Amino acid sequence: MSTDNTILEMRGITKLFPGVKALQDVTLTVARGEVHAICGENGAGKSTLVNVLSGVYPHGSYEGDIVFEDEVCEFRTLRDSERRGIVIIHQELALSPYLSIAENIFLGNEQSQRGVIDWNKTNAEAAKLLARVGLSEAPDTKIKDIGVGKQQLVEIAKALSKRVKLMILDEPTAALNDEDSAHLLDLVRSLKGQGITSIIISHKLNEIAAIADRTTVIRDGKTIETLDMRGAEKITEERIIRPMVGRSLDDRFPEREPNIGAEVLRIENWTVHHPIDQGRKVVDGASISVRRGEVIGLAGLMGAGRTELAMSVFGRTYGSNASGKVFKDGKEIHTRTVGEAIAHGIVYATEDRKRYGLNLIEDIKRNISAAALGKISRRGVVDREEEVLVAERYRKELNIKAPTVEAIVGKLSGGNQQKVVLSKWIFADPDVLILDEPTRGIDVGAKYEIYTIINRMADAGKSVVFISSELPELLGMCDRIYTLSQGRVTGQLPRAEATQESLMLLMTQEKAGTPR
Amino acid sequence: MTAVTEYLGKNVRQYGIWGALVAIVILFEILTKGLLLMPDSVASLVQQNAYVMILAIGMVMVIVAGHIDLSVGSIVAFIGGIVAIAMETWGLPWLVAVLLGLVVGALVGAWQGYWVAYVGIPAFIVTLAGMLIFRGLAIVIVGSTIAGLPPGFNAISNGYLPNSFGFMAGRDIVTLAIGLLALLGLVYSQARARMTLRKHDLAVEPFAAFVGKLVLFAVLLGYLTWLLSGSNGMPIVLIIVGVLIVAYTFVLGRTVFGRHIYAIGGNLNAAIMSGVNTRRINFGVFVNIGVLAAVAAVVTTSRAGAAVAAAGDTYELDAIAACFIGGTAVTGGVGKVSGAMIGALIMGVLNMGLSIMSVDPSWQKAIKGLVLLLAVAFDLLNKRRAGNS
Repeated sequence: MSTDNTILEMRGITKLFPGVKALQDVTLTVARGEVHAICGENGAGKSTLVNVLSGVYPHGSYEGDIVFEDEVCEFRTLRDSERRGIVIIHQELALSPYLSIAENIFLGNEQSQRGVIDWNKTNAEAAKLLARVGLSEAPDTKIKDIGVGKQQLVEIAKALSKRVKLMILDEPTAALNDEDSAHLLDLVRSLKGQGITSIIISHKLNEIAAIADRTTVIRDGKTIETLDMRGAEKITEERIIRPMVGRSLDDRFPEREPNIGAEVLRIENWTVHHPIDQGRKVVDGASISVRRGEVIGLAGLMGAGRTELAMSVFGRTYGSNASGKVFKDGKEIHTRTVGEAIAHGIVYATEDRKRYGLNLIEDIKRNISAAALGKISRRGVVDREEEVLVAERYRKELNIKAPTVEAIVGKLSGGNQQKVVLSKWIFADPDVLILDEPTRGIDVGAKYEIYTIINRMADAGKSVVFISSELPELLGMCDRIYTLSQGRVTGQLPRAEATQESLMLLMTQEKAGTPR
Repeated sequence: MTAVTEYLGKNVRQYGIWGALVAIVILFEILTKGLLLMPDSVASLVQQNAYVMILAIGMVMVIVAGHIDLSVGSIVAFIGGIVAIAMETWGLPWLVAVLLGLVVGALVGAWQGYWVAYVGIPAFIVTLAGMLIFRGLAIVIVGSTIAGLPPGFNAISNGYLPNSFGFMAGRDIVTLAIGLLALLGLVYSQARARMTLRKHDLAVEPFAAFVGKLVLFAVLLGYLTWLLSGSNGMPIVLIIVGVLIVAYTFVLGRTVFGRHIYAIGGNLNAAIMSGVNTRRINFGVFVNIGVLAAVAAVVTTSRAGAAVAAAGDTYELDAIAACFIGGTAVTGGVGKVSGAMIGALIMGVLNMGLSIMSVDPSWQKAIKGLVLLLAVAFDLLNKRRAGNS
């Protein structure tokens, strides 16, 4: 449907990697001024498609045509595509933390005369751009001093400075809280009003349903279909999921018959201060408990203190001046080091698996055994045969998709990496598993598998503490949900009473509110 | 054969380094008109380069853990001085003096390990300070030279195992026996590892590659044994180096301690979050290189027959270069004892060959520098290629 209204047409794009067909005859048509979403499981080919479009994979390394503004383009580098007004904003932000907002906006595009930077012009132009994206920060603020949500806005301001016509946002809200996400989506909408076309890649289907005009679904490197979100048919999340996975996912959460026993872990009056700003309480007198075979949820907006609570209990890996008591099976215990916590049967699977969870340059088996080498070694000598067998067992049980357990973890997809992290902690044989955003950045199919693993752990009598920013996930998985706000526990709701609305109410409760 | 070529293609780095060693040996064998592989040259190649190999073993562990040690050269001079004083001035038996040296090495390592592991000062700074401190102390205690060391001590680096069992066809039986034992040990361990993998249906290298590798090793080992047995026999220092290589290959590859070193170097945060006691491991790594530096000090002092305040100059750079030529990652987390040993041998053969050809020492330095640069560049390009596929 090449009409005057089309800004971008990608025709018959095929991209081969040695041994893999990453894209196969993909077609994408984007209309001028629309918000176009691209959906697909991890590894479906979304990133490859975007990299072809932006010149990261230069012309000639793929087959097919890119037609931008009625002209066949042969981008050889990222700069080529930026010059035409196509700008990508990556999931991992590419800002320099010790430079100011203004310096970052004009990085590589400095406002200078004969090589000398005009600081007045730089800051003035930056201020204008910041106003356009609705960010009220001084242009000379350093990037490291503003939050992720605001950094995202700086990226967009940077794109605007390049006279962007087509903006590509790769998972823009993955690291943002609801408020920042909403603001970002509003911004995309308002830029649309100013004639800027956007392509959004996202796993968050509710956002896509809210903002996209059309949605193209990619699966296994092929275009499956393009949905008209503003048409007669009402497009639900389930409707988008269907072509993504090739099957309908009526029940996104596996069933579990709860079999809850005695209390296993109780944390009382837990307070933690910020590691640098030591006067600030990040967790403030929080008390939670979890019973045998129970899955509890920790709900809270960004900055509510969920991760901080978990990490400070797990061997003081976050914060300073932690105080409060931890009881295991009714007896007070100390978890001052990670080793102590693990010895007491408490483990924590991080939300940032690349930074804290995995040794990416090592293979699967060595990552799985990393936290419990003692179990497969005698007098300090590792039994490598046993190690391979253990890893093989988890590869099969958790369905880690890799040819052998000798595959390097850094090359696995996000979902499979998460399964390696889970294997590591399951192998450590804990009584309490704290899982921090275990399904973040993972495709729908792998999510379901992770839920199944969690249920299996609960059935085996383990206690699970589930931290998640996705409320439907908590509602679908947990027996009981605690809400946190500004470091305090503001309430707890059993599964039957919890709804998104009731949780959100507690999650946004201000400090003056009375904890229940 | 396609399976074999494909396998070799995937493991260019691993086998490339062996190829490089063989190529350099052949090159110098031709350039020196056969002098390089004369029995005496081979023995002195080992004796002259034992210190690099010993230090490189410790260094590879330090680098894998994500650190560096610039102080080992100075420590060699310092401990060499202490060992010499213990024998010469205090009149201690040489064996006691050597043990004392090892203990001091451990203490020096503990000193540096404390600052790195428990105070958190980057190893680059701590060992840069150590380089100055121990060089200074060496000059203080040694003056310039302490000579006149006992013959038993001097034999460590210059002597050979006694010819206890006579000769067989003009060859030293002790040397032949050790060579044979080493060969059997190699074949046994390789075959066993392969069988274990087979038993669990895990991927193994193609059989032809496996046999080819073993035959190549056997030929090399046999040739070396043959050369040595026809000359003065088995150098004592080769036994020391051999035992260290086997022991540390085991430590790094098979023990929990070794595994934790890789974990720390690969991703420090993940290691901490997995309950690895990173401080203790870092401390241990530095104590270990302190002890190995003491062994190198004994070997160096014995070789020279005297403690010299200027001894061990730039040894740290030789050891670091050997590690990097041998494929140790600059960023930590990757590296093997075997790789570092080949790196050390490449450096040693270069030294030896260039010396035989009486190339000016200044040029020798320049050439070694170039080899280091090219080796790491090759590694990097290779990785990039692997990353793109």
